[in-house]
Amino acid sequence: MFRFLLNFDFVKLQKLLYFMSDSTEKGFDVKGEQGFIYSRLDDIINWVRANSIWPQPMGLACCAIELMAVGGSRFDIGRFGMEVMRFSPRQSDCMIVSGTVTYKMAGAVKRVYDQMAAPKWVIAMGACASSGGMFRSYSTLQGVDKVIPVDVYVAGCPTRPEALLDALMRLQGKIRTEHSTKELFSRNRYC
Amino acid sequence: MDRKKISSAMPYLKAREAADGMESYDCPPDKLLEAAGILKDEYEFQTLDDIASIDMGPDKPSGARFGAVYHFYSHTRKMYLRLCAMCPDNSNPKLPSLTGLYLSADWAEREAYDLMGIEFEGHPHLARILMWDGYPYHPLRKDFPLAGLPAPLPDSFDGNYDATKVVPAPMEGGPFNASQGDAFAEKREPRSHAQI
Repeated sequence: MFRFLLNFDFVKLQKLLYFMSDSTEKGFDVKGEQGFIYSRLDDIINWVRANSIWPQPMGLACCAIELMAVGGSRFDIGRFGMEVMRFSPRQSDCMIVSGTVTYKMAGAVKRVYDQMAAPKWVIAMGACASSGGMFRSYSTLQGVDKVIPVDVYVAGCPTRPEALLDALMRLQGKIRTEHSTKELFSRNRYC
Repeated sequence: MDRKKISSAMPYLKAREAADGMESYDCPPDKLLEAAGILKDEYEFQTLDDIASIDMGPDKPSGARFGAVYHFYSHTRKMYLRLCAMCPDNSNPKLPSLTGLYLSADWAEREAYDLMGIEFEGHPHLARILMWDGYPYHPLRKDFPLAGLPAPLPDSFDGNYDATKVVPAPMEGGPFNASQGDAFAEKREPRSHAQI
């Protein structure tokens, strides 16, 4: 990691750090530090992770239409570095469960989640994914958190695109507070 | 179309009242295949639009409980025709399959089998279409509760059986009941304090 920092192109890094979070900027001043930077490894890792979340659209019902609107130019998920929707669980970081999860589908959702590489996050988008919604019936799983751990729940039936963007920003905020270095070296990380 | 012509060609069809004015007939289930064949070949009903299954309820023991209503459409005559067939056996409802005549009967009969439990004899692949294989109930029957009953999990859960269980959904007296008076959503929502 330190070798990486020493060999870095500092002009580029300065431009990058312009966008970094407050906590990272506090510890860095190129002129004053003679071309060296120091920061917390947690902050750098979290900054990278939070600004390049690749979502996995688990579109199961009408919320998926709103998810498409978020991907479109009007709401533009690309402003947060999340426009790279990956339909392969192995290439994605954040599963957006948008829609009604039936018992028949729940096993598949769990399987896709298990195939995602750590670190991974889950957003339960809309009333159905959060709690079963209006489908209080024999066929519907009452909330996807019965199967997989959920980081952010979003209200709405269906969720407005603004609400989903808010949820993604809250997820970014959550990622920025993670102890990612500690978790990298811990024995049973991301279990 | 001439009603007399149809009833003379197929005397076992009994005309029945229809609120929407559609040509409607009661058909004994053992003659259903024959009637559908005649309708298709001689009366130009080329398509089978829909099969709607009926459950008259378990609390009415007299008469047939299960049945199916078939809607045929003729593109040349531009009209619908309705046949209603009731299963003679209430405990083990069976009807002949129309898949040999109409390919569209395939999924419709599978759905009626899945949700109502009517067995269609002669269907090439009578498997559940909406609920998972191994689900023990037929959920659209009148005596099945909307909340559901405990059941084994689908095969797609293999290895993950500790994640969840198929349990009845919390109803609290009705499908959309919530306590109106409580200020907090957590108290209003039955699922937040249900024992699942």
